[in-house]
Amino acid sequence: MSETVQDVSALIINKLLANPKVPRDISGASKIVEDLAFDSLAVMNFVMEIEDELDVSVPLDRLAEIRTIDDLAECIVSLKKGN
Amino acid sequence: MSIFDKFRGVEQRLAELQAEGGRNPFSVVIERPLSSTVGIIEGRETLLFGTNNYLGLSQSPRAIEAAVEAVKARGVGTTGSRIANGTQSLHEQLEQHIAGFFHQKHCMVFSTGYQANLGMISTLAGKGDYLLLDADSHASIYDASRLGHAQVIRFRHNDPDDLHKRLNRIKDEPGAKLVVVEGIYSMTGNVVPMAEMAAVKRETGATLLVDEAHSFGVLGANGRGVAEAAGVEDDVDFVVGTFSKSLGTVGGYCVSRHPELELVRLHCRPYMFTASLPPEVIAATMAALDDMQAQPELRTRLMENAARFHEGLNSLGLTTGRTVSPVVGVVLETIPEAIMLWNTLLSLGLYVNLSLPPATPDHHPLLRCSVMATHTSEQIDRAVEIFREAMARLPASA
Repeated sequence: MSETVQDVSALIINKLLANPKVPRDISGASKIVEDLAFDSLAVMNFVMEIEDELDVSVPLDRLAEIRTIDDLAECIVSLKKGN
Repeated sequence: MSIFDKFRGVEQRLAELQAEGGRNPFSVVIERPLSSTVGIIEGRETLLFGTNNYLGLSQSPRAIEAAVEAVKARGVGTTGSRIANGTQSLHEQLEQHIAGFFHQKHCMVFSTGYQANLGMISTLAGKGDYLLLDADSHASIYDASRLGHAQVIRFRHNDPDDLHKRLNRIKDEPGAKLVVVEGIYSMTGNVVPMAEMAAVKRETGATLLVDEAHSFGVLGANGRGVAEAAGVEDDVDFVVGTFSKSLGTVGGYCVSRHPELELVRLHCRPYMFTASLPPEVIAATMAALDDMQAQPELRTRLMENAARFHEGLNSLGLTTGRTVSPVVGVVLETIPEAIMLWNTLLSLGLYVNLSLPPATPDHHPLLRCSVMATHTSEQIDRAVEIFREAMARLPASA
């Protein structure tokens, strides 16, 4: 497993930018709900796409603690390390 | 900051909804039911196509009579929970009836279907366990996942391969794995591919719970639901359901072959800390169950009616769920279009449910309709005609 938080964060941003409704100036520090205007369902559905890409499942209780794109990337890297 | 500030968004959204059509779609009052299929709304006779009363048994004469007798003999309530003073002989009789109907040994009866899911799922999947939920699960299932402290993983709606993949990812993790699916999904009417889900359960050794809320009394040769229809009842560990749809009363149940269900009674907070069902509801439920078993033709008529309505709406160019079931979700593109259509339907004498995102799958608004065995062919054709008239009245921009 070689993904770093930066790698995963970049992958998430790329995926998000594929959606034309997402603001163009997002970064790892962007807040998923506030800055991207995602509701809870949109967040869960988007995370599913990332899960498939990286072969990992993010439990919903972990998702509740995530605010920014970097938080999500850190969570995924930590899960892939088995934590 | 006021404690009510968090509700301002909903307040504004509600005002916007009412600005579109004048009505609050969440406070429609059925002033009086005239039958299972017609009620008085806003002083008008209105066709009911949104009540979940699939077999029409809310108006069963036998159930009404049983309720009257029970209330006269026993009073109006139990004043306590099932583990304290709230268990009467009727509760045990109902549990035996339901267990017998499902050919299972054990049954717990809850005060609502919501509490049955909340209680069973949160009690079975605890800290350190994994709970695998279909992405389109009902709110009661999501709420249970928050009460139970299990690790919660969503899988793609009605996708057994995705479930298999996600179970594989955690196959070496300690902790039990509980998979939850619904027989018929309440918004779209989609039916779970039950045989394939059961195969995943067998391969992975997970525990399987099926919520038959909308499929009990509807699917299967005897009305036992989707697991019966798919021939996989032996693979299901727990069946949860409600009396408030096909039986027309209120309450929930869980049946199981596992004797440990009796221990769940002493761990399950939504069972332990709420008042038990009142005697008249129990008596009416048992009578409605007898009705359901005595009239298998109700299920045949229900599915014929569902097919007629489904086809009628599709012939108007409306998009519905893939499978024909008594829940017919009409998918619309925009919220203003959905609100205007819903308001026009009601003004023309047809009641259906308006369901808005994020409570719907895929961010589309839905007009959620439900068909009954007691609808006549003329009522179904009239409902389709009202849809046609309402669509013709929509402005071109909607």
